[in-house]
Amino acid sequence: MLTLQCPYCGVMAEETELSAGGEAHLKRFGPGSSDADFETYMFMRENPKGVHFERWRHANGCGKWFHAARCTVTLEVFGTYTAQTSVPPAELLETIRAARPGFKWREFE
Amino acid sequence: MSEAISVLAGANTEGFCRVSELGLHGMITVRGDLSNADLAKALCAVAGVDALPEVRKMVGGLEGGIAWMSPDELMVFVPYAQVVDKVDELNSTLAGSHFLAVNVSDARAVFGIDGAGAREVIAKVAPVDMSPEAFTTGDLRRTRIAQVAAAFWMAGDDSFRLICFRSVGDYAFKLLSVSAAKGGEVGYF
Ligand SMILES: [Zn+2]
Repeated sequence: MLTLQCPYCGVMAEETELSAGGEAHLKRFGPGSSDADFETYMFMRENPKGVHFERWRHANGCGKWFHAARCTVTLEVFGTYTAQTSVPPAELLETIRAARPGFKWREFE
Repeated sequence: MSEAISVLAGANTEGFCRVSELGLHGMITVRGDLSNADLAKALCAVAGVDALPEVRKMVGGLEGGIAWMSPDELMVFVPYAQVVDKVDELNSTLAGSHFLAVNVSDARAVFGIDGAGAREVIAKVAPVDMSPEAFTTGDLRRTRIAQVAAAFWMAGDDSFRLICFRSVGDYAFKLLSVSAAKGGEVGYF
């Protein structure tokens, strides 16, 4: 059972209170973008064995979207953070580096 | 004018706890910047309470109270007969500011769970730590009960109030009734 702390209401929410929102920090390429950029935005996703960044929503709760960093192998949760950012917080990256030396996820390492 | 009636017209059931549908209550969903002093003042005046609730708290009660719903949302409780006037009052007091107040009274159902073991009735159906250390009077959770969204708070010892969408009122009542059925006591807390 996955438990994530909602950064907005502080609840330690278990999986059934949450809904998964897919990969975090996608940059949208909409009308006017190149076919290659649009394809990448639309279809290409990370599929890491290890550290992953995701969007989650506290659906059966305060209703807010937030971000989470966790390990897809062990389900270890490194932290959750606000949705109002396009990059993971520096302290969280520090925490992950300590737990998983040498990790790399897109441009973050 | 047709006669307003609540989802189960006051149905109740007696298990090891009493589960009751509590009839019509005025409920106003409010969205806005909860740190705004003018908004807080207007809401407190309408609900007859001293201050807005803290995160995951309830202040006051069904006849006049405010429940925390999210970082930018509250549920204001007023007597059913006054709800239309109270929404008008909010809209005129706060005219020009960025907020939203909607009368949702007829779209919600209200239940009471009362009696020794009331914590258990909820603990069995919600993913929430209902131990006496973790959940005390005035505490509120917006969560789910089995398959449907609900919010509940502890009104006093062995006494909880729960709101959910009216469309699932029948489901909620049956669910709580089964959870409170005699023979189903767990005695964990
Ligand atoms: Zn939340």
